[in-house]
Amino acid sequence: MFGIYLRRELSRRKKAALVVAMGLALGIALVITVDSVSAGMTQAQGKVLKSLYGLGTDMTVTKARSAPKAGGSQGPNFRFDARSSGEASQSSDRVMTQGGQALKSSLVGKVAAQKGVAAAVGALSLNVTKVDGSFTQGKATSSAGTQQRGGPGGGDGGGRPQVQGGGANFDVDSYSVAGVDVTHQTLGPLATVKITSGRTFTAAQTNAKAAVVSASYAKQKKYKAGSTFEISGTTYTVIGIATPDSGESTTDVYLPLKQAQSLGDAKDKVTTIYVKATDSQQISAVKKTIQGNVSGTTVTTSADLASTVSGSLSTASDLASSVGKWLSIAVLAAAFLVAALLTSSAVSRRVREFGTLKALGWPSRRVTRQVVGESMVNGLIGGGLGIALGLAAAYAVTAVSPTLTAQLGGTGGTGGPGGGPGGPGRQTAGNTLEIALSAPVSATTIALAVGLAVAGGLVAGAMGGWRASRMRPADALRSVS
Amino acid sequence: MYRLTGVTKRYTRGKETVEALRGVDLTIADGDQLVIQGPTGGGKSTLLQMIGGLDRPSAGSVELDGVDLATIGEARLTRLRAEKIGIIFQAFNLIPTLTAQENVETALVPLGVAPAERRARAAEALRSVGLEERLSHVPSEMSGGQQQRVAIARALVKNPRVLLADEPTGNLDEGTRDDIMALLEGLWREHGLTFVLVTHDSSIARRAPRVATIRGGRITLTEQGAAGQEPQRIGA
Repeated sequence: MFGIYLRRELSRRKKAALVVAMGLALGIALVITVDSVSAGMTQAQGKVLKSLYGLGTDMTVTKARSAPKAGGSQGPNFRFDARSSGEASQSSDRVMTQGGQALKSSLVGKVAAQKGVAAAVGALSLNVTKVDGSFTQGKATSSAGTQQRGGPGGGDGGGRPQVQGGGANFDVDSYSVAGVDVTHQTLGPLATVKITSGRTFTAAQTNAKAAVVSASYAKQKKYKAGSTFEISGTTYTVIGIATPDSGESTTDVYLPLKQAQSLGDAKDKVTTIYVKATDSQQISAVKKTIQGNVSGTTVTTSADLASTVSGSLSTASDLASSVGKWLSIAVLAAAFLVAALLTSSAVSRRVREFGTLKALGWPSRRVTRQVVGESMVNGLIGGGLGIALGLAAAYAVTAVSPTLTAQLGGTGGTGGPGGGPGGPGRQTAGNTLEIALSAPVSATTIALAVGLAVAGGLVAGAMGGWRASRMRPADALRSVS
Repeated sequence: MYRLTGVTKRYTRGKETVEALRGVDLTIADGDQLVIQGPTGGGKSTLLQMIGGLDRPSAGSVELDGVDLATIGEARLTRLRAEKIGIIFQAFNLIPTLTAQENVETALVPLGVAPAERRARAAEALRSVGLEERLSHVPSEMSGGQQQRVAIARALVKNPRVLLADEPTGNLDEGTRDDIMALLEGLWREHGLTFVLVTHDSSIARRAPRVATIRGGRITLTEQGAAGQEPQRIGA
């Protein structure tokens, strides 16, 4: 009887049931959307951090920031020869250690020996600026019409030789290089990439003239496995193409650490030490230990790095967690209130009906159960609709994949030219990543939605049931409505 | 047996207190038929509510088989209503979304009767009131007379000791009224029920062996002799 009565009553009051269900559905859909977008934001932030840190990296150690020495910081310097030929192609590479400051390689071992550290790997980040182009000498002409070769520049004056034409055409290419410890590739810059073509370094290639190139840089330069390129006169062979696991790679070229140290004139130096803790719950303690025992270093954890994320990703994340959350709560509260009022109003219109049932000997709890049951079904219908709406919205967000930018760092610092592989803290200054936003819906979110639907039904049912339970059977005789 | 002693019922509305019943004393023997009549607002329905355990008196006692309905707990009173008292309302009071059979079944729900037995007993009750063809009809698909027959079937399906009817023909035309009254009188005789009927229809009251007239909350009893004759058309 409970089921039959419930079904018939809901189909009789379809419109009211639909209003209640839709109200709850809207609130629940909003909660799912906000929750999934927030999860997407978190995931995006995670991707950003992962792309910088690498899978399994809990913190990084870099050289503590110090004031630049007078005259110590110089811009890139390029030297080109003036040759006598008519057109001269020249190329020059300027390799700089990112941030300009590095740590001794021996510190890697020292960090690894600290309590709570499972593994530590050093890496050297470099910025390479390549200037490539040619000069064209001008032609000197005399008033007598005799052409003479001259240097750049020109002059005028009757009878004196004049220089015409000439100039320069140079391309400037800036890219990032990471020197990696090929014996420990699971931690450090290569941990965030997947080799999609060719292969990665072998443990024996500690000083090989081999390179792994990021997919985006390879596409730009039309490199493939087997291609060669030069840095400061040294020829490297591309052995593999690497695609980042998420986001965009901040490193263009990966070289064995020794090669990078050689290129950057940073023998036995690293810019970043990647650290994996033995217990992810003890990261703060490990950070303190390292800071206390290894002087002159800055230890940056994922949490520290996360706080430096800015840009539209950060803005959207803030919006989702503040405006989205409160909007969801407001809509849900309104939906609950409307559901409760409509249910209560429906009970008021059924005074004679419930009074009759009580007169027939139905206990109050049975009448209340009937009202609560109807509300619960309403709530569950609303929940079902809400989950469908929420999933559709989350799917739409994922399908559209709005691009968010994440800027890391912002703490200033000396910084090298151009972009480059991001380390934490100051070394990340200027790193901007574009991340496609997705809205993953977790089982927890669905469970939350179902919980809210049940809660909505209970809130409405409790109010209606309370009114129904207070009705007296004599009302059945009095009411003629 | 019903024994009402000094039953008083007061309603308070704001600062005003209205006495609907003033010290009513009344005894109804098992199997008796009593018609309660009187002017509108005289306290007829209030008295019926007291007898049916639908409301409690402000003072006095309402005993049914020695149990005082005025003082027993709510759960026991509800159970007593479910088991012993069948009620018929002026406006039929059927659940609009349920079929005739399901409406009749609602009287068996609080008794914990199994669904299959419920259905069978409801169908039998409807057959006894001549509605075996209307089991699956909802109230809106039936005439007033048919709806009241469903209500009668609902009141009788649980085999009650007492049948209470509050203006059962008040919403019916004259012909239907006679049919319903004939049916009720037949069932009363057949089942040996204690039958209390509220009406302001004098032609119905004239046929009853006992008539209680309520005016201003006070009761006056009139014995009219046994209503031994076969049910016949009650007309002006």
